[in-house]
Amino acid sequence: MTPPNGTAVALPARVEVEERRWVMTLKRLARRRTALFGLGVVSIVLVAAAFAPWLTPFDPLEQDINQRLQEPGWQTAEGHVHALGTDHLGRDILARVIFGSRIALVVGLSAVLISGVLGMAIGLVSGYFGGKVDDFFMRLADIQLAFPFILLAIAVIGVLGPSLRNIIIVIGVSSWVVYARVVRGEVLSIREREFVQAAIALGSRDGRVLVRHVLPNAFTPWLVVATLDMARVIVIESALSFLGLGVQPPTPTWGGMLADGRVYLSTAWWLATFPGLAILVTVLGINLLGDGLRDTLDPRLKL
Amino acid sequence: MRSYLLRRLWQAVLVLFGVSVVVFLILHLTGDPAALLLPPDASAEDVARFRKAMGFDDPVAVQYLRFLKGALRGDFGESVRHGEPAMHLVLERLPATFELAGAGLLLALCLAIPAGIISAVKRNTLIDYVSTVVALMGQAMPTFWLGIMLILVFSVRLSWLPSSGRGDLQHLILPAVTLGLFTTARITRLTRSGMLEVLGQDYIRTARAKGVSEQPVVWKHALKNAAIPIVTIVGIELGTLLGGSVITEIIFAWPGVGRLSVQAIFNRDYPVVQAAVFILASTFVFLNFLVDIAYTWLDPRIRFR
Repeated sequence: MTPPNGTAVALPARVEVEERRWVMTLKRLARRRTALFGLGVVSIVLVAAAFAPWLTPFDPLEQDINQRLQEPGWQTAEGHVHALGTDHLGRDILARVIFGSRIALVVGLSAVLISGVLGMAIGLVSGYFGGKVDDFFMRLADIQLAFPFILLAIAVIGVLGPSLRNIIIVIGVSSWVVYARVVRGEVLSIREREFVQAAIALGSRDGRVLVRHVLPNAFTPWLVVATLDMARVIVIESALSFLGLGVQPPTPTWGGMLADGRVYLSTAWWLATFPGLAILVTVLGINLLGDGLRDTLDPRLKL
Repeated sequence: MRSYLLRRLWQAVLVLFGVSVVVFLILHLTGDPAALLLPPDASAEDVARFRKAMGFDDPVAVQYLRFLKGALRGDFGESVRHGEPAMHLVLERLPATFELAGAGLLLALCLAIPAGIISAVKRNTLIDYVSTVVALMGQAMPTFWLGIMLILVFSVRLSWLPSSGRGDLQHLILPAVTLGLFTTARITRLTRSGMLEVLGQDYIRTARAKGVSEQPVVWKHALKNAAIPIVTIVGIELGTLLGGSVITEIIFAWPGVGRLSVQAIFNRDYPVVQAAVFILASTFVFLNFLVDIAYTWLDPRIRFR
């Protein structure tokens, strides 16, 4: 349909428009103070995870029984300061909180990617084809939602055994419903628009219509859902770690640190307090960023 | 309305069927249920005898039908650990879970709806900012951390409230707050945005223009129309509450189904796990069916569909 040299001319112009649109979106996002705060928090967590070894003089795994349960601000003989204190094995809490962000982010990003792609595919197919296919997937969604999520995750991981891979797969595979529902809703209205009808009338195959015309238009709500869902996944990961079904010790996880700290609650409050604060701040940041994205990109979206 | 409810009922039955398949599959995830149920040091002979006795050598479809037949009669087999029917153990602890989830929901509704309405009516005032910030924090706070912090402050430091067990109202306060806060935060935000939307509608302006005073406009005209999304979210939040009760029960040693099932997972007591997951999921489906009935009452348009 397109002349062979036509694409070469058309493409740069299109990319430019796309780029300008993203810059506009970012500018509008930056005008919201809460969203900017969220973006700041998320950036800090990303930096902490990426540069963890350079941010602290302490090894998160190194035990020092002489330094156990030291209060926040404790100074070692070498002049290093345990800013957030040490745990029951004498490990530096700040170092463990910083390194703990790695597991949280790895699980968060991977699980969101799996469930996002899965949900996008199901939402596209369900909304585009409708009928029996749609019925089938929507009942499947109801079944998925009927389970108390954490209990199902605990049961499945309890059977399969806790490992980073299993946690990511279990959370990823069972979190597609929100994506599918939102994408499906978008598709239902996009399907009726002229450019889609035109593409169908011109004889484009279903797959092509879905990928070229419908998917790009369903992307923004998907992105908002993915951002907000990331926060939920991080909470679930730490809940699993808290129960001992997450990534196994000695790898530092926020949930695992909380579980350790719970035992020393009456004598050493800092053990349980700081990893929890890390979760709280991270989740809050992601939520604010997600809210901001929704308000700028797609204010009608109800989430 | 009857056809609407009948369709909903049929859908609920389909979902329950799906739930039973998933619950059945939990035991078959690794491909060998015998290895899961028996201690790791069981001899090959014992394993073979056990497989035969339990019918694990039959085709999966046959095993599923047998499972379904049992499940329909409430028979999930005997608890490996307690030597009692698994279903019996779960039902025994169900009231405690309902008490906790119910208290959490009640707390959420009592706090969230007034907070959301006041926030919307007094938009951009100090009270709105405070309630919004509290709601944002509540949504970001992990249940287990909140529970631990409440214990730290109210049980360890102040010794005002007990930190574990079930009993009188005092025992209920901390777990209910822990479980209910997330739901409170969500419903607050939803009520606020729903009310803001409704308060901008023409019929509200009309009501005000014809001289209806502010109180009935807000509490009658606006709230009734903002209630539909709230009811929807309550249906969804019931799932969050039942799921969240798993964590809350563990932190506060609350003798409910959630704690039972986590203990059962660590004890490899799978009949109990299956019974617990099945019962909690069925409860959720049933409660959501009630929510659907509530819709027909709230939104007359649905009755004529």
